Amino acid sequence: MSELHAETVAFVRDTMLPPALPPARQRGVTLWLRENLFSGPLNTVLTLLGLAAVWFIVSHLWPWFANSVWNASSMAECRAAVAAKAGEDATGACFGVIRERWNQFIYGFYPSALYWRPTIVFGLMLFAVAPVLFSESRGLRWAVLGFAAVASFAAAVAVGIPPRAALITGGVFVLWAALIEYAPRRALVLSLLFPFLAVWLLWGGSVWPVVSALAGFVLGGVVWRLAARLGLGLLAVALGIAATVAWWLWLGPDAAADLHAMLPVALDRVESRSFGGFLLALTIGVSGIVMSLPLGIILALARQSDMPVVKSLAVMFIEFIRGVPLITLLFVASILLNYFLPPGTNFDIILRVIIMVTLFASAYMAEVIRGGLAALPRGQYEAADSLGLDYWKAQRLIILPQALKISIPGIVGTFIGMFKDTTLVTFVGLFDPLKQMADTIRATFEWKGAYWEPYVFTGTIFFIICFAMSRYAMYLEQRLKRDHR
Amino acid sequence: MTPNNPADRPFRLSMLIYDRHYRSLLIQAVVFIAVMLVGWWLVNNTLTNLARMGKTLDFGFLWNRAGYDIPFSLIPYSSNDSHLRAAMVGLTNTLLVSALGCVFATVIGVVVGVLRLSGNWLVARLMTIYVETFRNVPLLLWILVILALFTEVMPAPRDYKPAADGTAKASMILFDSVAPTNRYTAIPRLAVDNDPGSVGLGGFQVDAALLAFGVALLAAWCIRRWLRDRAQLLQDTTGRRPATWWITALLFLVPLLVLSWLFQVHLVRPELKGFNFAGGLNLDNGFVVLLLALSLYTGAFIAEIVRAGVMAVSRGQSEAAAALGLRARLIMGLVVLPQALRVIVPPLISQYLNLTKNSSLAIAVGYPDLRATLGGTTLNQTGREMESMIVMMGIYLAISLVISGVMNVYNARVTLKER
Repeated sequence: MSELHAETVAFVRDTMLPPALPPARQRGVTLWLRENLFSGPLNTVLTLLGLAAVWFIVSHLWPWFANSVWNASSMAECRAAVAAKAGEDATGACFGVIRERWNQFIYGFYPSALYWRPTIVFGLMLFAVAPVLFSESRGLRWAVLGFAAVASFAAAVAVGIPPRAALITGGVFVLWAALIEYAPRRALVLSLLFPFLAVWLLWGGSVWPVVSALAGFVLGGVVWRLAARLGLGLLAVALGIAATVAWWLWLGPDAAADLHAMLPVALDRVESRSFGGFLLALTIGVSGIVMSLPLGIILALARQSDMPVVKSLAVMFIEFIRGVPLITLLFVASILLNYFLPPGTNFDIILRVIIMVTLFASAYMAEVIRGGLAALPRGQYEAADSLGLDYWKAQRLIILPQALKISIPGIVGTFIGMFKDTTLVTFVGLFDPLKQMADTIRATFEWKGAYWEPYVFTGTIFFIICFAMSRYAMYLEQRLKRDHR
Repeated sequence: MTPNNPADRPFRLSMLIYDRHYRSLLIQAVVFIAVMLVGWWLVNNTLTNLARMGKTLDFGFLWNRAGYDIPFSLIPYSSNDSHLRAAMVGLTNTLLVSALGCVFATVIGVVVGVLRLSGNWLVARLMTIYVETFRNVPLLLWILVILALFTEVMPAPRDYKPAADGTAKASMILFDSVAPTNRYTAIPRLAVDNDPGSVGLGGFQVDAALLAFGVALLAAWCIRRWLRDRAQLLQDTTGRRPATWWITALLFLVPLLVLSWLFQVHLVRPELKGFNFAGGLNLDNGFVVLLLALSLYTGAFIAEIVRAGVMAVSRGQSEAAAALGLRARLIMGLVVLPQALRVIVPPLISQYLNLTKNSSLAIAVGYPDLRATLGGTTLNQTGREMESMIVMMGIYLAISLVISGVMNVYNARVTLKER
């Protein structure tokens, strides 16, 4: 072979060149900035405006937060501390008002020796809802149960729970958790019992009226099941309701009084007047949520029914409630309700407000669920019919599970709206955390002029609760998704 | 097979339970009777209670002298007018704040909703923060916070006065035209130098200048419709569409300019006279706070509605339209928007309804709306709770029914027809 070839080709590369980095403009932070913030003249302007807005807000709020004072027992002391910390003209938050008065924002005027009762009720509430809300995820369920047990127990100890009550509460938590783990269906019975337990713990008094109310439900259920076994159909439902009402009106009160005489089990009584703060908002909100969902379903079904009388009654009710502001309904509850009831009746203002809020929310709920019912393809109704299911079976097994699933965002939206609306009770003289409670605290000499701190505090708590609810709705939607697997 | 016509079957008592038709009749009868009984019980209780308190159900008080002043009124009102007139003042105030609130909320909502979908990372995040903070915190809190902003942070009117060294503690914003103070917000006002007076129209005195503008706009709008129809006709027959946009623009602009020149319309800025602003319009802070809070709060909800509506139109739709050769503007106008609007409009209108009802939170800022006049001062002065509440709820109900009636008409027109 000639040497020619070897000499003309001085070098033959037998490896690949390492790939060059993209140009500096096309990679890393620069690329991200170019694509996401400065991709065109309009976006550049928007970004600059956004930055200006952020700067404006942060530059105004940051010093206020940075100079905040927690250790102060009055506004004057707090201002002095801020001035000492950051100079004469500096602004600073006086979170001392939260530190001093947090109990009023949370419990209102609930007797401070009994703070442990609402605290435990909060923990028990999470126990009651966890198996329902997180039925498919053991991890989440235990996270919620663990948080509920530890947090509420620790808080109850911090606010001074008596040892005996602490022992009982601890036992209840452990047993209930075990029941949820090993016998989930039995645990649901406890969830149903929770409302009665909560009423007793919150308002106190003798346990027997609450038990008697519960007994009314049980009696109605038993009568209904027995009558249904005899094949009475709808009549069985009517009989069940009649039995419950009869028990409540005639037998129940006497039975409760007798039992109390025989075996007095009672807690210290707490009047509704002393409820306030987030205790009040949660009491009204949770009872409204729990009762408005079933009521809303019934109203939606009535509105979709093919019986003209039932349908028009439902339409009239829903449109009336949706047509007037909640404030007017609350005023009706506070000043007009006494007109509508037999002379001499006077029942609890919180109960009245709960009834009005429930009615209000249930009308909105009915519309949301009606949307879900209407969105369901007609084929589903026809399929249920062709399987020979009767109305209630079709609703229970085929229509409602799908319709409720479609309406989850709306349902949770209604819940959130209702929880936010509980603040309106301030206008009928109840001590909501937002206005009435804050006004009361501002009316004292020490905390005159504490405007922003209570708003920041209550606003944050409302935000956390409502945001959590909307995130839960998204989680539920994901979990219940049955298509596009 | 049983015959479907109920008349063909002999009636037996057991059919009340087992036959669908008769059972439905039975249920309806029972429900009706039960509801009537409850209603009768309530009415009976009410009448008994009223009689016990020596009251009667009488709406005559509405024509009595009201005897209280209303600081903010769109229609002429004095304390010598009747309670009915006071209620009307309240109603117009409610409608004013609701209508303006709806407009502002829509603008905010559309802008925020679109920006939240934009590719700009920072702006999309900021808009998400705005929407989530406003949606998850009670409206009452926003009203109170904005009220506190105005009463605690805004300068007093006299702070706008330059001190001896020529500098003032506060300065007006928006090119020296708006002055927010801790008592009111001074904004510019349209003034008419060459005032043509007013015209009597069926009992109402209507400002002639306003009427002229209205007529001019209406005429321009009618001519524009006619022009568009004609252009469409021409396009259908010849395939060419004549340009009409400049005629339309002239139609609206020329009469406006001519009338403005004729009546000498001009803007009067608020100016500090002594310790207060004069010349412009001094808007009560209650009104400004309520309007701001309602618009910002409802705007957050509308933003979500707009976003959902735009996202609801699948990409395939605009791609298919592009495949048909439509231009971007036509794709938006003929394909995407009509489908997005079908999703957007019903919840949008229910947001308008919510805003109108939420305007009753005026109670927190002292703005004299319907609840404050009829359901507040009138109720307290006359002691006629029942009548005042009935009338007030009736009015709110009427407003809501009108709005939702409009929505139902719209819905019926755009619903997808399924079988």
